[in-house]
Amino acid sequence: MTETQNGLPGSPGAGPILSVRNARYVYPRGDVVALEEISVDVPVGQSLGIVGQNGSGKTTLTKLMNGLLRPTSGSVIVDDLDTARHPVQVLAAHVGYVFQNPNHQLFAPTVADELAFGPRNIGVPEAEIAERVAEATEFFRLGDILTLHPYRISFPLRKLVGIASIFTMRPKVFILDEPTTGQDHRTTNTINRLIHELVDRGSTVICVAHDMPLLADVSERLIVMWNARLIADGTPREVFADRAVMERTHLAPPQITQFSMQLPGREGRAPALSLDELVAEYRTPGRLAGKEA
Amino acid sequence: MATEPYIAIADLGFSYAQGTRPALTGITLTVEQGEYVGVIGLNGAGKTTLGLCLNGIIPHMLMGEQTGTIAVAGKDPGVVPVREMARIVGMVFDNPEFQMSQVTAAEEVALGLENLGVPYADMVVRVAEALAIVGLTGYDERSPMGLSGGQQQRLAIASTLAMKPSILFMDEPTSNLDPIGKEEVFEIARRLNRDEGMTIIVAEHEVEVLAEYADRIIVLHEGRIALQGTPTEVFSQVDTMAALGLRVPQVTEFAYRIAGLGAGPVADPGARAGTAPGLTSPVAQLPVKLSTAIEWVGARG
Repeated sequence: MTETQNGLPGSPGAGPILSVRNARYVYPRGDVVALEEISVDVPVGQSLGIVGQNGSGKTTLTKLMNGLLRPTSGSVIVDDLDTARHPVQVLAAHVGYVFQNPNHQLFAPTVADELAFGPRNIGVPEAEIAERVAEATEFFRLGDILTLHPYRISFPLRKLVGIASIFTMRPKVFILDEPTTGQDHRTTNTINRLIHELVDRGSTVICVAHDMPLLADVSERLIVMWNARLIADGTPREVFADRAVMERTHLAPPQITQFSMQLPGREGRAPALSLDELVAEYRTPGRLAGKEA
Repeated sequence: MATEPYIAIADLGFSYAQGTRPALTGITLTVEQGEYVGVIGLNGAGKTTLGLCLNGIIPHMLMGEQTGTIAVAGKDPGVVPVREMARIVGMVFDNPEFQMSQVTAAEEVALGLENLGVPYADMVVRVAEALAIVGLTGYDERSPMGLSGGQQQRLAIASTLAMKPSILFMDEPTSNLDPIGKEEVFEIARRLNRDEGMTIIVAEHEVEVLAEYADRIIVLHEGRIALQGTPTEVFSQVDTMAALGLRVPQVTEFAYRIAGLGAGPVADPGARAGTAPGLTSPVAQLPVKLSTAIEWVGARG
């Protein structure tokens, strides 16, 4: 229901690439419910942002999505595979998970080996591995550092290598956990551009982040987690405009969005998501920043 | 005596032993007691190195070549032992987990005091005080590893506060925290600054946060000070900041563009390659906080 209500894209007739159905997760030891029953369908090619405080269930949800955890009840279907019936290694070729801390993910002696590791691990022929590594090198602009040890390069570059080493697995779905943490303005812009390019190529991108300006720009849909529940689901504009949800979850929209919601004379209009939007509204009388095209 | 700045740095340079270029060059800087200073710059600009020079980890524990002079509360961190500097400059890093080594929160806070040889009775009092300041009273027996990220960072702050420093240097203290944790840390620093007169120096990428809290902003670029001044003075230099690959608060850029000062988006430095940064050229003062930006728009009608 959510994917149609927002008019979000999906291939006609095809089912969602990722379907979480009545999934619930309780940690095996003890009675801590990490995730109350939730259902989310993600259409092919969607860029989905997941927000919420730490401990709200975001990570549990993404681990259910790539099979690292299996739901206590309900089901998770990724690319027509039931995560309860397939090992993580098989699922990894369909849904790639990029860790927040690249140090938890990288261990090969050179960047080139790191890029080749994933596809080699799932039995991709060497000729095709070389092709994939070349493609990733170009896409992430890693040509200058291929022979270096991943620990000899800067943190922002290491993060790119982390994404690139998932890219070579050619998953249909990318899950990025806090991709901009520890990045400066320049490297944040690079990550932002890469997410757009992944989506342009038809990948489905799920991005868990506290970086609201990033999500306002790259995500067409946001879901909000709170206290192990999914409590809001809509476009970033709809979610940011929902003051009750923002207040309850102690989340803050990007500064420019908050600003647009407080500007005198703008009452009743949908909030602006970016500087460009709000500036254009001011320069073009009568244009409403909040109007969806 | 009163005219002596609390921190006085003159022509400071530092090159790491294994570094290919100097990490800091020609840094001349004074900080008064009770100031709240924000340090910004791209990764690798020298923010962390500057902090490590203040508390003597450079040159005592990290090797390299240092030039120029530093005086912190009248002491030279290059001469005074690190554990003595720890009583003056408290350090908080981006990953609190790396700072945690003890079984309980109370032991974590007591660790530095034990190293200083503080008597047990005093230690108990100081641990309780430090935990109270960061809102962790009652967490004494909890395992640091079982705390949330925000609680861990508050515990890291408590551990340095127990040493009763007069300066707190925080290096991207909230980059691994969620929004609630981030607000907790910045609110504690603001309270220490306002109520205790503690000097706060914080390296941070989020310019909106610094505009809200800091009295002064120092912009580092490739190891040098590129700009410094009040948040209004620094962030009003939208072109210069963009040329340095840095951003200003979103509301400041909005005001800049609405006022007709900029032709287009400044988010992409490449797009403005034609405009050379005039570091000293006077610029219009722009709002840097959400509240002042609303007033600014209102005043323009």
